[in-house]
Amino acid sequence: MTGLGYVVVGLVLAAMGIWGVVVLAHPLRKLLALNILGSGVFLVLVAVADRGAGQAVDPVPHALVLTGLVVAVSATALGLVLMLRSDDDRAAPSRDQSDDKGVG
Amino acid sequence: MPLGIDDALPFAVVLPAVAAVAAVVMPHWGRAVGLVGGLMTAAAVVVIAFGNRVGGPIRYALGGWPAPLGIELAADGLAVVMLALVATVMLTAGVYALRYFDHDGGAEPALFWPLALLLWTGLNALALSADAFNVYVTLEVVSLAGVGLCALGGRGEAIVAALRYLLAGMLASLLYLLGVALLYVEHGTLDIATLAQVAVTGAAGFVAVPCILAGLALKAALFPLHFWLPAAHANANAPVSALLSALVVKAALYLVLRWWLAGLGMGLGPILVQLLGALGAAAVLWGSVQALVAARLKLSVAYSTVAQMGYLFLLFPLAANPTTASTAWAGIVYLVVAHGLAKAALFLASGSVLRAHGHDRLGELAGLLPRSPITKFAIGLSGVSLIGLPFSGGFVGKWLLLNAAIVSGQWWWVALIFAGSLLAAAYVFRIVALLFAQSESPIDVAPQHSPMLMELPALGLALAAVGLGFAYPALESTLALPDMLGDHAR
Repeated sequence: MTGLGYVVVGLVLAAMGIWGVVVLAHPLRKLLALNILGSGVFLVLVAVADRGAGQAVDPVPHALVLTGLVVAVSATALGLVLMLRSDDDRAAPSRDQSDDKGVG
Repeated sequence: MPLGIDDALPFAVVLPAVAAVAAVVMPHWGRAVGLVGGLMTAAAVVVIAFGNRVGGPIRYALGGWPAPLGIELAADGLAVVMLALVATVMLTAGVYALRYFDHDGGAEPALFWPLALLLWTGLNALALSADAFNVYVTLEVVSLAGVGLCALGGRGEAIVAALRYLLAGMLASLLYLLGVALLYVEHGTLDIATLAQVAVTGAAGFVAVPCILAGLALKAALFPLHFWLPAAHANANAPVSALLSALVVKAALYLVLRWWLAGLGMGLGPILVQLLGALGAAAVLWGSVQALVAARLKLSVAYSTVAQMGYLFLLFPLAANPTTASTAWAGIVYLVVAHGLAKAALFLASGSVLRAHGHDRLGELAGLLPRSPITKFAIGLSGVSLIGLPFSGGFVGKWLLLNAAIVSGQWWWVALIFAGSLLAAAYVFRIVALLFAQSESPIDVAPQHSPMLMELPALGLALAAVGLGFAYPALESTLALPDMLGDHAR
């Protein structure tokens, strides 16, 4: 089953993304980490559609990925706009938020 | 083809969506479109509530495609409660917004009505969705609309708060999606009712269930995942704060209730159940203490939301015992509605304070709103329900929870509910004391008069929060667990 390798890679990407969101301080880095997390989740969804050689793939997870991608793109765009807006307000982006450790 | 009662289900989702688009296309008519669309949506909700009362849970297959292929909408008792709460708070906050934004001769931000209507669309779709992925999409609509509304404040702090809110929301959604994906791998279905019962049995559930719970807890701002909430809710415009605090955090909680109702709670095991309760307890204590020491009125009200959301996670330990499940359930649903109404009232009233005095720093406010007795009354009444004084809606909710805690022999939750109520009394009286203080300080410039259209919505919601307590006999049968179960959990 070749799909399993992709599931594992997807889970590793997802774990890296979660780690990045929690640990990194800069909002842009957090946003990029979220996109890595998203890619991981989508990779898992694409891989699990595999139903073995000769079988048609399961269309449901692929439909989920398509919807998920649209959502992820919109959210990322909104995040970037907000970041630009806050950069306009303050010269330096938020390096000073000592409590900005994410989860916890 | 004649329209049946079940046709109201898609209307409750489509009407606010169409109105949202219309409000974008015709920005000058934003208010009219918002109010008309809002009233039509509320009418659809009334029809659904009526149909549910008469004929029980309603199902509707979009486009005639049944569940496995198509998307099914379903309205049971819990969904109707959520729809009604959303419609009530949305309409009142909308009326309040008519005057709130134009105090300096300005108009509301062009995107207020489209985003509010989009939020309404997402909340209604969420309430009516029965499959795990549809729910993910609606949760995203709610989050993105919420972040957009939050950023409407336009000042630096509001933007930074909105950004943190967005990042937290994205993380939460992706955790939820990851959990759903893993469950789909193992069980091959997205139906919440089916998944919740088998979720904890499989190997994937070991990772998937914590992912789903963590994602929802982050969106519901359960301690210690509440870090994004106070700034986001406190820095937004008052009508937006009311929507965020009364409805948006409840959307995630609603999903927690859905998963629990479908059978997830029974499989969690005693340790995880008590852990979720303990996090709720920590939220009650931490949120209340922060509300007590907060320097600004709106920040205090926002921290109070963190505290009140904590009570709702007591569902897990209190309803784990089958004999008390029904009581605890009714108590939680009561608290959701009572807090939604009272908190919206308090945020609207806080907005009036902010407008009248020009700031909401508690240390510099002496003699709150001398010329706005209605708003003062609204603050007092919503405080009554937040503390849980008899016979408000908050009282009934806490009373039912106390009952469940005593009957199931979990005395530590009794202690927590009393401690939480005392702390709530402390932070509410800190605000109420200002209402009766005489203004002597020269730094406090003569506050402006609040317009009636801002005073009455706050009062209406506060009266509803208190009146909810008196409505208990009428609502008791609707809130009973078997009724609530509907056919979401077969």
